[in-house]
Amino acid sequence: MTTAFFYALTGIALFILGLYALIIQLHLLRKILAINVMGSGVFLLLIALATRTQSTPDPVPQAMVITGIVVAVSATALALVLMRRLLDAGGKAKLPEEKTD
Amino acid sequence: MEKMILLWSFDALLGITLVWLAWLTLSRDLFKSIVLFITFGLVLALTWVRLEAPDVALAEAAIGAGITGALLLGALARLESTPADGSDPAREKASLETVVPPGGTTPRQAQRRDRNVE
Amino acid sequence: MGAGLAYAVLKLPAEAPGLSKTVADNIDMSGVDNPVTAVVVNFRGYDTLLEMAVLLLALLVVWSLGSEPQRRELAPGEVLVYLTGLLVPLLILVAGYLLWVGAVAPGGAFQAGSVLAAAGLLLVLSGWRFGARFSGLSLRITVVGGLAVFVLAGLAMMLHGGRFLEYPIAYAGALILVIEAAATLSIGLILVALFLGGRPSPDQSPGSRPESRAEK
Repeated sequence: MTTAFFYALTGIALFILGLYALIIQLHLLRKILAINVMGSGVFLLLIALATRTQSTPDPVPQAMVITGIVVAVSATALALVLMRRLLDAGGKAKLPEEKTD
Repeated sequence: MEKMILLWSFDALLGITLVWLAWLTLSRDLFKSIVLFITFGLVLALTWVRLEAPDVALAEAAIGAGITGALLLGALARLESTPADGSDPAREKASLETVVPPGGTTPRQAQRRDRNVE
Repeated sequence: MGAGLAYAVLKLPAEAPGLSKTVADNIDMSGVDNPVTAVVVNFRGYDTLLEMAVLLLALLVVWSLGSEPQRRELAPGEVLVYLTGLLVPLLILVAGYLLWVGAVAPGGAFQAGSVLAAAGLLLVLSGWRFGARFSGLSLRITVVGGLAVFVLAGLAMMLHGGRFLEYPIAYAGALILVIEAAATLSIGLILVALFLGGRPSPDQSPGSRPESRAEK
């Protein structure tokens, strides 16, 4: 197993962890955190697989990840604003318990 | 050979720290979660350097750790300052479960206790 | 699912040629020496262009969801005010450096933009808001600027007989710098505006307050 695969597997672990948390956590803020962890896992996978070249790493996935990070932060900001609007409208930041059964 | 071992132990340390931090991020109370997520972003920036992607490391250190953290903390602060008219479930639950002596417990204390229980 | 993903990844060849050789072969045509910057602004210009559009779209949605929320105005502490005064010019300098150095070394529009946004966040945290002077047209122009310059550069290339976003070698370096500079400003401002979380309302009074603080 090479370094690239080790980090790729770590990325997969992060993705799965984030997905699991996204499903079971009830608090919306924590769901947003979970999505961010999932995204980080995907970025890690991409960058790790980009190092499989013989010389310098593949710059194309790296460029994709840079744009991806910026898109992720804007999506996070949007999600947080939506959460605030939900609160303002009288909703709750935490989903009700029953729906998870 | 020694260099290989050193690199591998560094890799293992980074990988394990990442997964561990992610796990902690998703299981602690909200404030701790956010601080841990910022730490996670910083360790991730270290990982990018290890994977020979300094461009990504720069972006991650500024955005993933800095700006996302500020956004999340701002949102949390606003979440905790929402009026207690039932819009905050944590506070609602706290007031139901614990008998608050008049003036004895501020909503913030009640909420903190609730968060610890959570 | 995790096992399936792991299996799929492990089935991949241990060594892939990737595109780094293609990029290295064409780097002379891109106008910059840093492969990542070349990919971001030149070879995969479409991605970056659309990505700017995504940022702008996110900001539009946030703005359309309502105006800036009223925050509890906490008076910033002495340390914060002092550090802000110290760090903001430094951060702006670093952003400029990152933007310039992006042509040859790690750096570029996104990194510079996020450093700029960090400076902006510091300002916001110490009480600064988009003042009435800046919350109208000039804010909007700067926010749209990155995307607009990108599109205009692409269209200008089309008028010159090339294809969309295909820069002539002679001007590529300068063009990329111009595009990146506009993008940096836009990204920084968009991120700060996203942090504020709402359309800045010009009639709000606290807009002018921090300026006197800055002069103090």
